[in-house]
Amino acid sequence: MTKANFDIVKEIELLRLVTVGSVDDGKSTLIGRLLIDTKGAFEDQLMAVRKKKGTTTISSAAEIDLAMLTDGLSAEREQGITIDVAYRYFATPKRKFIMADCPGHEQYTRNMVTGSSTANAAIILIDARHGVLAQTKRHTHILGLLGIPHLIVAVNKMDLVDYDQATFEKIREEMDEYCAKQGIKDLICTPMSALTGDMVTIRGNHMDWYEGNTLLETLESLSVLDDLDEKPFRMPVQLVNRPQTADLPDYRGFMGTIASGTVKVGDAISVVPSGLSSTVKEIVTFDGNLEEAFAPQSITLTLNDNIDISRGDMLVHTGEETTGEKSLTANVCWIGDEPLEKRKKYVIKHTTRQVKALVDNVDFKRDIHSLEKQDADALAMNEIGQITFKLQQPLNCDSYQDNRATGSFIIIDAFTNNTVGAGMIV
Amino acid sequence: MSKHKLTQLKALEAESIHIIREVVAEFRNPVMLYSVGKDSSVLVHLARKAFYPAPLPFSLLHVDTGFKFQEMYEFRDNFCEEIGADLIVRRNEDAIAKGMNPKEFGVARCCGALKTGALLEALEEGGYDAAFGGARRDEEKSRAKERVFSMRDEFGQWDPKNQRPELWNIYNGRIHDGESVRVFPISNWTEMDIWSYIREENIPIVPLYFAKERPMIERGNMLIPYYEENKDQYLEGEEPKMIMSRFRTLGCSPCTGAVRSDATNMDEIVIEAAASRRSERETRIIDHGSNSMEDKKKEGYF
Repeated sequence: MTKANFDIVKEIELLRLVTVGSVDDGKSTLIGRLLIDTKGAFEDQLMAVRKKKGTTTISSAAEIDLAMLTDGLSAEREQGITIDVAYRYFATPKRKFIMADCPGHEQYTRNMVTGSSTANAAIILIDARHGVLAQTKRHTHILGLLGIPHLIVAVNKMDLVDYDQATFEKIREEMDEYCAKQGIKDLICTPMSALTGDMVTIRGNHMDWYEGNTLLETLESLSVLDDLDEKPFRMPVQLVNRPQTADLPDYRGFMGTIASGTVKVGDAISVVPSGLSSTVKEIVTFDGNLEEAFAPQSITLTLNDNIDISRGDMLVHTGEETTGEKSLTANVCWIGDEPLEKRKKYVIKHTTRQVKALVDNVDFKRDIHSLEKQDADALAMNEIGQITFKLQQPLNCDSYQDNRATGSFIIIDAFTNNTVGAGMIV
Repeated sequence: MSKHKLTQLKALEAESIHIIREVVAEFRNPVMLYSVGKDSSVLVHLARKAFYPAPLPFSLLHVDTGFKFQEMYEFRDNFCEEIGADLIVRRNEDAIAKGMNPKEFGVARCCGALKTGALLEALEEGGYDAAFGGARRDEEKSRAKERVFSMRDEFGQWDPKNQRPELWNIYNGRIHDGESVRVFPISNWTEMDIWSYIREENIPIVPLYFAKERPMIERGNMLIPYYEENKDQYLEGEEPKMIMSRFRTLGCSPCTGAVRSDATNMDEIVIEAAASRRSERETRIIDHGSNSMEDKKKEGYF
């Protein structure tokens, strides 16, 4: 790097990525290859997990024990399975990647949901020999519900099916059809061999019949731009800043992360749920006041009128208020050990607000193969369904489809305090 | 199509500030662990940004082993005074009085007493229900597995098999009496991000991070800083030599190695970090051994 590169590096974009798949589909090999080929793993870390002691350089993924590189917990290495999400970081000259590497085991689906909720793109690994499995469908369905903008199906181990195009096409058709059923549009299927490296970071010479990009080219070219700043302004209030110092005796700043939209000095602002209103006086940051701020900046707003605002309230543009409802219908991924049942009470945390919620109805649960709705009174761990809650206080929210930040919530078991569900408002 | 875009450093900054504010909103008595290193410097800088123009709404807690570099103590005191931070220093006086040191007692035992022991005691004594730490997921493979809000039981211990799911940017801060959380707002930053951000924001750091001629002991491929007062910690026959070097990471002086380097300013450090093919923690003796970091974390190490 030279001095002239500092500005380029500063402007580099961030892509949050999740990798999911079933057990033994070659996920560790793929991750190891990406890390080695992009120099995302350090030499001393690679040397520590080399297969042959005594070698002094490592040039290919085959020379290292990849599971040792990626499975960071002793219990994982003991059992030879990945239990929890691991976060990996690598960069190319074009982009920085934060990759959540999720376990494939069915009992750890909840960790897959954890790793996926913030992703811009997902890689779904499929073993070419085994094709589309139940777990592939479960993961794809969850990724679809979570609204991950780009899905990449990586058909791996093509070397073990003689790089057969027909095998790949069959999997591609099946995935296309499954995704079309739930309205997932942006799907890219790539054949590859993580072991030999074909179509991961290099094209190789075994699959000339495939005309698309290599996996890394795809990752580098996906759009990371969202339209977050084009949506209505939403800023959940995290805290009210009242320094009460000699210089600032009457200062009241409303601190929060802009969930969507933009805000300018002078804008007319309303508070939901109270409906009180004012105008923006200042947009305060440590680096100086701003004229305009946008999602997902963390800022502080001061207003021209002294109105009652506290944590859990949301600031919006006047005329673009959300309506507060005392009931809520949402798609729920259930990740608790105890099932979700009708009439049970939970705590919902939505943006910065917590409310008590009662399961009013299990509208249906979703069969992950056929995607058909099934009658149910409960959701067991790893099941997905539509739930209607009755709320103790109204929540001001948007649909998840319109706004991931104000359309999502977590469900907390008030007795254990555990996070037991992920909700996406319909 | 979006008109506004945050650069990746600014996106990381916004995420970290969000996390820091959530903790202050949801916990009764948070504290920020401050180890005087570069990650701590970034963490404190982010916290100042989060609450500006108000002062930091929590204290900084330095768990001092007594084996830190002299330059770190000087930097710490000046820096905290300059930003008006309330600094708490805690040491395991018992173990220090008994002469605990890494050479005689072993690195694991020494760390266990002087760091984990002192930390758990300080957290209990202060009644803190949340402690911010500057750990990053790219540092070490068990850290790659940790949540931003990391639950600890009443013994301050981590159970890696039973971590809370973490969804979107909605953090669950509900805990039972006696439990606490360790919070890692810079989880998603890499070493390269840290250096780039320090450079961008002009954040002050301990001068040990900049290269100069320093007295060093060469042990295998490690450079160990030589201090007259730590004489007893060196092996027989080891003699100091002046070597152009700097530190990529700072811990206790007997257990932290330096690297050969000519990087004397921030531009050069960023360039060096970008080119480096070795991990920064290579120079930390405590990280070596099969599961050492994970085991320490299960015991309550931050």
